[in-house]
Amino acid sequence: MNLTLKVWRQKDAASPGRFETYPAPDVSADMSFLEMLDVVNEGLIAEGKDPIAFDSDCREGICGTCSLVINGVAHGGHTGTTACQLHMRHFKDGDTITIEPWRARPFPVLRDLVVDRAALDLIIQAGGFVSVNTGGAPDGNALPIPKPDAEEAMDAAACIGCGACVAACKNASAMLFVSAKVSHLGLLPQGKVERERRVARMVQAMDDAGFGACTVTGSCEAVCPKGISLAFIARMNREYGRALLLGA
Amino acid sequence: MKLEANIPSGPLAQKWDKHRFELKLVNPANKRKFDVLVVGSGLAGASAAATLAELGYGVKCFCYQDSPRRAHSIAAQGGINAAKNYPNDGDSVYRLFYDTIKGGDFRAREANVYRLAQVSGNIIDQCVAQGVPFAREYGGLLDNRSFGGAQVSRTFYARGQTGQQLLLGAYQALARQIGLGQVKMFPRTEMLDLVLIDGHAKGIVVRDLVSGQVSSHAGDAVVLATGGYGNVFFLSTNAKGCNVTATYRAYKKGAAFANPCYTQIHPTCIPVSGENQSKLTLMSESLRNDGRVWVPKTKGDKRAPSQIPDSDRDYYLERKYPSFGNLAPRDISSRAAKEVCDQGRGVGPGGLGVYLDFADAIGRLGEAKIRERYGNLFEMYERITGEDAYHAPMRIYPAVHYAMGGLWVDYNLMSNIPGLFVLGEANFSDHGANRLGASALMQGLADGYFILPYTIGHYFVTAKRPKPATSHAEFKKAEAEVQALTQRLLSIRGRRTVLSLHRELGKLLWEECGMARNDAGLKRALERIPALREEFWANVNVTGGPGELNQGLEYAGRVADFMEFAELLCLDALTRRESCGGHFREEFQTEEGEAKRDDEHFAFVSAWEHQGSGKPPLLHKEPLVYEEVHMSTRSYK
Repeated sequence: MNLTLKVWRQKDAASPGRFETYPAPDVSADMSFLEMLDVVNEGLIAEGKDPIAFDSDCREGICGTCSLVINGVAHGGHTGTTACQLHMRHFKDGDTITIEPWRARPFPVLRDLVVDRAALDLIIQAGGFVSVNTGGAPDGNALPIPKPDAEEAMDAAACIGCGACVAACKNASAMLFVSAKVSHLGLLPQGKVERERRVARMVQAMDDAGFGACTVTGSCEAVCPKGISLAFIARMNREYGRALLLGA
Repeated sequence: MKLEANIPSGPLAQKWDKHRFELKLVNPANKRKFDVLVVGSGLAGASAAATLAELGYGVKCFCYQDSPRRAHSIAAQGGINAAKNYPNDGDSVYRLFYDTIKGGDFRAREANVYRLAQVSGNIIDQCVAQGVPFAREYGGLLDNRSFGGAQVSRTFYARGQTGQQLLLGAYQALARQIGLGQVKMFPRTEMLDLVLIDGHAKGIVVRDLVSGQVSSHAGDAVVLATGGYGNVFFLSTNAKGCNVTATYRAYKKGAAFANPCYTQIHPTCIPVSGENQSKLTLMSESLRNDGRVWVPKTKGDKRAPSQIPDSDRDYYLERKYPSFGNLAPRDISSRAAKEVCDQGRGVGPGGLGVYLDFADAIGRLGEAKIRERYGNLFEMYERITGEDAYHAPMRIYPAVHYAMGGLWVDYNLMSNIPGLFVLGEANFSDHGANRLGASALMQGLADGYFILPYTIGHYFVTAKRPKPATSHAEFKKAEAEVQALTQRLLSIRGRRTVLSLHRELGKLLWEECGMARNDAGLKRALERIPALREEFWANVNVTGGPGELNQGLEYAGRVADFMEFAELLCLDALTRRESCGGHFREEFQTEEGEAKRDDEHFAFVSAWEHQGSGKPPLLHKEPLVYEEVHMSTRSYK
């Protein structure tokens, strides 16, 4: 199939960006979206032009590196699918595809489609962990955990930290990301010990980084490639309220 | 070059205990005086950086990704082994040790592997304490499953995302130390050279991948945890950014590279679909617990799989290896798949595929149970191929996956360069010629959480070296070399893209040095690689400038190293005139087509020393002395 791409090009964080139009000829349906971009880049390099910069690494939907807004939707709008796992069979001959970076103030554009998501790391550094040092841990089976709790914790822990939730939110809120970690650790006995301190500090770091407020529109859940549920945001709000009451 | 393995004396089971007692300690108040540079933030790097920081050392950690949470350990699906014997099915430290040694085709170091098995249980305990959500039984205890090369269930897992959950555990421990100021993290930063002062590793030169700035970092020791070199084959299950640059440049500075020809081809990957494919996707080996592997009995049988009756199917793994069946180790399963495809019995486009069929398991357990066990893998398969594996068998084919070879290290995980430690996939030590499933996660975390933190202190106490300033002439020289290399890559402006040259190299290696190797093919490769390298340096086109985010430039530097490293890999494969594990030389096989080892002549680790560019590397041999186990012929029949 033959496609037309409208791609956001931006030299660096300080320069203004603009859309450029490129043809993408002879695209096969079995290619992934990023492989299609690889081919377009091969053509640009052959013409002596700068290739389109975009982030990717594992290309199997787990590392969370790829970060494209495709036709206005973070990751392209296929349930449970990151941009790297999106395949060209979902497009048809003659389509025009718009490709943009994550757009959110806490995620400055570094170049073209590459953004800086260090703010998400800062939130984890503030409290997204269990404070145990290596060594001296009790036997893994010393503390039984009900299977439903372990499963629900795993549902939350599946977050890949890609930031699509932020990109999709009109307020650039990171609540889905933060709530996933708060819920994962808060559901497990290991994480309950410091639950108040954790949620208070993570919310503070989220606000400090400039992420917006949550108005529960659910746009984050709709684009999340790992299906992280909005219910975790409700859980986090309860955790946060509880922490405030307890004076954390 | 002197290769001193420093294996402690005494009975195997007591070596590590004895050694830990003999290792010198650094006083808690003195630890803060030592700085460690950790390169790589996967399971090995993140666990090491976090643990060293907890102990009180000053740590700087570097990764090329935008966050340490993205290292490729995250993609490991199936699980992590540990000799917990929770299922009461006969497991023990000794059995895990023996399975690993045997799985590695008796080409690993006995003492290292035993220690790995010993600390395996601590890893599970540590991860549980961190809040890793391992799968559990209804009683609340941890669940286990089976993996290739073992007859016990010792694999702990978190759905099909075990690597992700273990990495996030290590990442969170690291994040905690970053927050506390004990670790300074440098994401989007690539190590481009190692700096030696008076023969000791004392620093690195890095490039900031956003600004392009080249700078130096000095420390008391350097830890490389930079993963494997599978991407030398272009198509592999590795992440796009995985590369050999850190370890190869350390090799050029004098670190011995061990067993580069030991590469693992994973049997269950999604087959190649087209010319522009950029990577191969693995389907966890755990699928072989319930999936049955088969091809049609007759060549050229084009019927749909559902139309082929059982009597016309060849369940070749079950037929050839009745006691392990579909759970035969990776090297054996991969070769068996190649063999049936070479016979013209492969399925799918191009005939490069075999079926992995869940129909029996679904019939026995119901679709819901299979969905619970492997749901995310089936979804992944459908996303990539557009096919529903609940109703038609998956098609799979082997693909390059893991590098057992790596920088040579002693029992302390220190390379032959004092002060340079190498962890995880980047070293060579534990998997011999073939790694068993669910053992990579175990090794990465063992090295980082439980081995390096003990051994590195001993080096600090005994080496007594001052930390240099980055104004030292050696740093300035290395920076100048890095900048010159960058300029050289940017000044060629030829007619070929980095990608096309990398793809050509990969194809050549896959054909001549892939699943099966022979003398003539390896010699052909050794002639063609230098020619391709010349083509690269004469005709590559890298656009843009040095002082900006330039992904083409990053890629070009990595491929430049692959172009040299590929030659070392082929040379090692040519020199090792035997078949063992992942290294299959067609000249050396039994009548039944199994790998034929030659213990009399090849029971050694090949450690290659760089002799300068244009000169052939020098082979050193570390003999593999087995005190405890008998080197037997590996059989899974």
